Amino acid sequence: MVNSDKKASFLFASRDTEILYRESGVDQDVSLAYPTLLQSFEDYASMSDAKATVPSEKRRVEQPASANAILVLADGTVFWGHGVGLENDIVGEVCFNTSMTGYQEIITDPSYAGQIITFTFPHIGNVGTNLDDLERETAAAAGIILKSDITAPSNYRAAQDFSCWLASTGLTGIAGIDTRNLTRRIRHFGAMNGIISFSSQKFFDVDELTIKAQKHPSLSGMDLASVVSTRELEKWSTGIWKFGSKVNDDGFENTEREDYHIVAIDYGAKRNILRNLAQLGAKVTTVPSNLSANAILNLQPDGIFLSNGPGDPAATAEYAVPIIRDLLNTNTPIFGICLGHQLLSLALGAKTEKMKNGHRGANHPVKQIKTGRIEITSQNHGFVISEQTLPGSATITHRSLFDGSIEGFEIAEKNIFSVQYHPEASPGPTESDYLFRQFLEIIKKARLSDNA
Amino acid sequence: MPKRDDIKSILIIGAGPIVIGQACEFDYSGTQACKALKEEGYRIILLNSNPATIMTDPGLADATYVEPITAEAVKIILEKENPDAILPTMGGQTALNTALALAKDGTLEDFRVELIGANLDAIEKAEDRLLFREAMDRIGLESPLSHLVSNEEEGVQAVKDIGLPAILRPSFTLAGTGGGIAYNIDEFNEILRNALRLSPVGTVLIEESVLGWKEFEMEVVRDKNDNCIIVCSIENVDPMGIHTGDSVTVAPALTLTDKEYQRMRTASIEVLREIGVDTGGSNVQFAVNPNTGRLVVIEMNPRVSRSSALASKATGFPIAKIAAKLAVGYTLDELENDITKETPASFEPTIDYVVTKMPRFTFEKFAGADATLTTSMKSVGEAMAIGRTFLESLQKALNSMETGLTGFDEITLSDRIELNPDKNAILAKLSEPVPERLLRVAQALRIGITVDEIYGACSIDRWFLRQVQVAIEIEKTVVENGIPENKEELFQLKCNGFSDARLAKLSNKSENEISELRSRLGVAPVFKRIDTCAAEFSANTPYMYSCYEGDGLNHAECEADPTDKNKVIILGGGPNRIGQGIEFDYCCVHAAYALSEVGFETIMVNCNPETVSTDYDTSDRLYFEPLTAESVISLIKTEEKLGKVVGVIVQLGGQTPLKLSQALKEAGINILGTSPKAIDLAEDREQFKKLLDDLNLKQPQNGTVNSFEEAKIIAEEIGYPVVIRPSYVLGGRAMEIVYEEAALNKYMEKAVLATGDNPILIDKFLSKAIEIDVDCIADNENVYIAGIMEHIEEAGIHSGDSACSLPPQSLSASLLKEVERQSKLLAHGLGVCGLMNIQFAIKDEEIFLLEVNPRASRTVPFVAKATGVPIAKVAARVMAGERLENFKLEKQQLNHVAIKEAVFPFARFPGVDSILGPEMKSTGEVMGIDKDFSLAFAKSQLAAGAKLPTAGTVFISVRDIDKPSIVDLAVDLCYMGFLLVATTGTANSLEKAGLKVEKIKKVLEGRPHVVDNMISGQIDLVINTTEGSQAIKDSFSLRRAAITHNIPYYTTIEGAKAAVKGIQAISMGPLDVSPLQSYLNGSF
Repeated sequence: MVNSDKKASFLFASRDTEILYRESGVDQDVSLAYPTLLQSFEDYASMSDAKATVPSEKRRVEQPASANAILVLADGTVFWGHGVGLENDIVGEVCFNTSMTGYQEIITDPSYAGQIITFTFPHIGNVGTNLDDLERETAAAAGIILKSDITAPSNYRAAQDFSCWLASTGLTGIAGIDTRNLTRRIRHFGAMNGIISFSSQKFFDVDELTIKAQKHPSLSGMDLASVVSTRELEKWSTGIWKFGSKVNDDGFENTEREDYHIVAIDYGAKRNILRNLAQLGAKVTTVPSNLSANAILNLQPDGIFLSNGPGDPAATAEYAVPIIRDLLNTNTPIFGICLGHQLLSLALGAKTEKMKNGHRGANHPVKQIKTGRIEITSQNHGFVISEQTLPGSATITHRSLFDGSIEGFEIAEKNIFSVQYHPEASPGPTESDYLFRQFLEIIKKARLSDNA
Repeated sequence: MPKRDDIKSILIIGAGPIVIGQACEFDYSGTQACKALKEEGYRIILLNSNPATIMTDPGLADATYVEPITAEAVKIILEKENPDAILPTMGGQTALNTALALAKDGTLEDFRVELIGANLDAIEKAEDRLLFREAMDRIGLESPLSHLVSNEEEGVQAVKDIGLPAILRPSFTLAGTGGGIAYNIDEFNEILRNALRLSPVGTVLIEESVLGWKEFEMEVVRDKNDNCIIVCSIENVDPMGIHTGDSVTVAPALTLTDKEYQRMRTASIEVLREIGVDTGGSNVQFAVNPNTGRLVVIEMNPRVSRSSALASKATGFPIAKIAAKLAVGYTLDELENDITKETPASFEPTIDYVVTKMPRFTFEKFAGADATLTTSMKSVGEAMAIGRTFLESLQKALNSMETGLTGFDEITLSDRIELNPDKNAILAKLSEPVPERLLRVAQALRIGITVDEIYGACSIDRWFLRQVQVAIEIEKTVVENGIPENKEELFQLKCNGFSDARLAKLSNKSENEISELRSRLGVAPVFKRIDTCAAEFSANTPYMYSCYEGDGLNHAECEADPTDKNKVIILGGGPNRIGQGIEFDYCCVHAAYALSEVGFETIMVNCNPETVSTDYDTSDRLYFEPLTAESVISLIKTEEKLGKVVGVIVQLGGQTPLKLSQALKEAGINILGTSPKAIDLAEDREQFKKLLDDLNLKQPQNGTVNSFEEAKIIAEEIGYPVVIRPSYVLGGRAMEIVYEEAALNKYMEKAVLATGDNPILIDKFLSKAIEIDVDCIADNENVYIAGIMEHIEEAGIHSGDSACSLPPQSLSASLLKEVERQSKLLAHGLGVCGLMNIQFAIKDEEIFLLEVNPRASRTVPFVAKATGVPIAKVAARVMAGERLENFKLEKQQLNHVAIKEAVFPFARFPGVDSILGPEMKSTGEVMGIDKDFSLAFAKSQLAAGAKLPTAGTVFISVRDIDKPSIVDLAVDLCYMGFLLVATTGTANSLEKAGLKVEKIKKVLEGRPHVVDNMISGQIDLVINTTEGSQAIKDSFSLRRAAITHNIPYYTTIEGAKAAVKGIQAISMGPLDVSPLQSYLNGSF
């Protein structure tokens, strides 16, 4: 594992304040705060849609008496609010998610490692939390930013109050923020780092916090997959969640059939992907992101799955691509999602780039090129394949209708395909789950031709 | 794939008159559809009988038929226009049912015309309860347990299986008419009988009660390639058991986990597929058991609906427009998202605010109406409010209602409870589904009832209850500590949606003191945009709402971004109610169009989601805000930051914006057109009387009083009967004709209680007078008489409720000339700049002035449609400073007659008398237009839903005063072959005239009586006039029977005379229909 220990330190820093900055010495060009700030303001003032508020150039920030938390962006913007979860200082890349449901799934999605999620929907926490809507055993995001204070839950599935859950999972967040204003800032300037400081002492050194946010490394060039990946081989055997026909009959399906063996390389896999794979009637084994190709092939997989995950794909590629290339040579069917999709493209020689704003939400239209059908998809990515670098052997199968970017490709003769978006949903529309069945069909076909 | 080019012309069917359950949302959708298809190059043919709609503006469609919406009318249109397709999904249930009838009888096949948007199969599957249920079974979606029955016996069997309470739903009726919830077997039998009769196919679904379950709606759009998107989810705050139109609803759904939401999303898409809605928008309703999560599908509408209008306004996604384009072959990805301009329509809107819709009721207008809410819709309008949080949006909605609410105002649960707050009594109050239930919840919380107890009584989700509790707790701190004098704390209050007026009440201050404090401390709202995407993309459409954002101390971001243009602000009418509806919205929309055309930036303010005025492309900028002084002044202050606010138009939106004049003036805001002072003058009896004296114009004798004693003296002086009413009301609210002192006393007791300081007006009632309405436009120099309308019914019936004819039928040229002269005098005398409406009564060739309103009237759109002169547009430009003479308007010489007829909601209110009087009760109107009065009147009746018979039996029973005049009419009926039956007195006078009459018993005279005959279908027409409270009471069941059995009935002699003329006209042969354009071009 490359550098993972070092870089890991800030990731879960929310659980250990002391190490917050101790290990964050990744070399970064920390430019001076004020020049950046001024330039940004000009950009902001010339925005086409509506002139945004330009904070006064002198940083006159009055602290409201009720504020016990602050969000400071790397560009110096300050938002006051009320802390939620654990009292702490946490740094990360501030992004936004436009889903109106599924906050628990989002927060536990490992792809959000290193990020502070701004929820654009104002009421988060209404339905509490439960043990079934987890994508990992605990929170993965660095922090959360909310508009409204958290309320007591009202839902028959709720097991715990959202506030309590946040505290128990060690997460820190801030509520009372004009999340729309924040989202507009991110849209115009691109994703930027920020710091949330939650302290009942209500003492905040804004300048110091700004510098901390600025000094914090960018997600570019950062391998985070190895941090969140499993450390050992694990078998996954629950299927997807179903509503019961009777009271208290809801729950995950037990999948007993093991007709095929799928090895899932875990770069930070969401559980619902594993559940969907198991649902196919396959034995699913998750393996560490750096497990060698040989070791993987020794497991005799019928298909290999490349999971989603956090961080810069190019950084993870350093060790992941050689493994994937070896696997490609075996013609074993491969299916990739999100980071897995990007790594597959990198293995084929393509390049990835950081997007100004990622795609994060549950309403993204994607067009299936072959059929013209539109899928409304769940998305969560901040990097994307550079189209001109994708080799000619790959056929683009899906495109974003928002920005035309590549959402899926395949090399049919090599039995490989991948998508940028999240067919496992959770949260989001489930209409793309055909991709899992497509994977199964490819596996079946490949096995038939092997036998032939 | 491009649009279809195998079709060239499309017939769009509208929804007809505004009725409960079908309001101006279908003008909104129809107008969008017309525009969308016309811009694609199709020839558009339109049918709608409602003249107050924007869609029937002659410029919008290529051929506009303002004709009755009947299968017969459509057939003639098909013959004349030969369209390739019919779009039936924009005109509510009316359009769908009409199309269904034509598809079933083979007409569509004969004319080779295709239904687009929804086909016969889909409509049937969605509308027929049994087929729908079977369809749901096929896709594995649960429905509540149910049985379809076609007679009472089957019904009784069914309820044994299903148990009580049970829901009864008659098939194919609009907005659940005739349905209900039965808690016991007697109730069950009663509702069943009624429902069986009302269902056009005679079937009723008996259904397992899911009362108290959570209710959700999904707005789905599908294209021909099976691409489906959810535009919006809606959660009903009121649980199952209350019609969604009568429920407080929020968007998006707030109490679902993602798994539940996605299950519902998938299910609603499957429903569209299974039902076979090929393209367009549909609405699917679900119930969810709050304890187990069990999901059942309730129903679906294979067309755009009230909820789609709400969803469109709530998200900025124009469902009707998109649905129209999909119907002609586009796919979602080929269409642009209008708001962002950079993304396609194939996505699901996501929002970063909360929308609350609140229904508006008018039970006070219908004495005897049961205010209990059921599955049959009873509200007449709605307001929508947008806030960054639920509480902000909810409190804004309460402020938008215009029922005097400023928030969660205190109410009295009951006198008994006030004296002795007994918990069970309070909980019983909470369990009643009534319009004011949220206020009861708030009151109960004040008393100390817990959220759990309240939940147990009313099943409103605890999440919503807790939010109300937050508001009540904040209120307590304000009551205890007063209004905070520091910026941050005051800001916190405002963030939670408390209006200045509410804070004033809580702190015993005036609203002005609060707003001054706010402005001193710098606590002001900012404006955010509705952009369909939660700010993910930039949006150029200035569709805005206010909120209190930021931390209260530092600068908050405002996206209003005012321009440097010259602006005119148009204030809309707020929620529809009886007396103030679509007609005023029509005027506001026209003002926006007209002033944009001449280069002003138009800024619309309104809070009614059903309207065309709240469409984001009607005006240049749209503020979706309550029409309160606080909201309006805040947004104007923001607009004033750049450019110039030329002025505000308050005259077009009805009484609502007029009421704001004073506050606007005090805030230094310019009001365009007639000065508020002149408007006040018209309302002030003393000043007005003086003006009339100066002008030498006559009024019925009158006086202004403040007490019974004064009233008694005045009434005696001028002589009974008198018309009595409070000042400053619209729609004749609380107006009555009083025949004797006892009734006067009773009235005054009530009135003084209700109106407090406002004086009471007493007029001499002119019996048997002809009433006329005049609409005119004036600048300070010239006056244009736009239309003179003669009422069919004599004076005494509210002008909004009476039919009228343009041009007048019985008035001499010299009299009309005098009417014009007087109108002009008045316009000058009052200094009118813009529109003015005058009501005159003519008795024995003498003209009396009844009422003057120097503002837009309900008849403006009718006059515009009948004469082809866009008077609202002209008036708006005059108000903005243009000279009337620029428009070169000439006196109209019409070669046709247009009749306006009113439409009433009595069928929805069992137990309410349908007799007309000075208080307005109609919800909408239709227009009949043809070459002569008789034909036009016949059409107006048909369009209003009264099918005039050409043969059969007429029942006549008239008061003594009418007995002489009934004879001619009866002779005509006999001559046409009708059989006459009459009550003894009437029969005697008819017999004396030599007519053959069969006598029949009054209800009081024992059985079998006339109502028995009506019920058994032996009466085809009813003519019944009556006066005096006892006689009216006695004939009540007769009028009710006419309504429930849909027998045409006339309660005035003049109305009956017109009906007879109409019958004569239709006896001559089938009615022809012609487009409005042909009348207005003079090519008729």
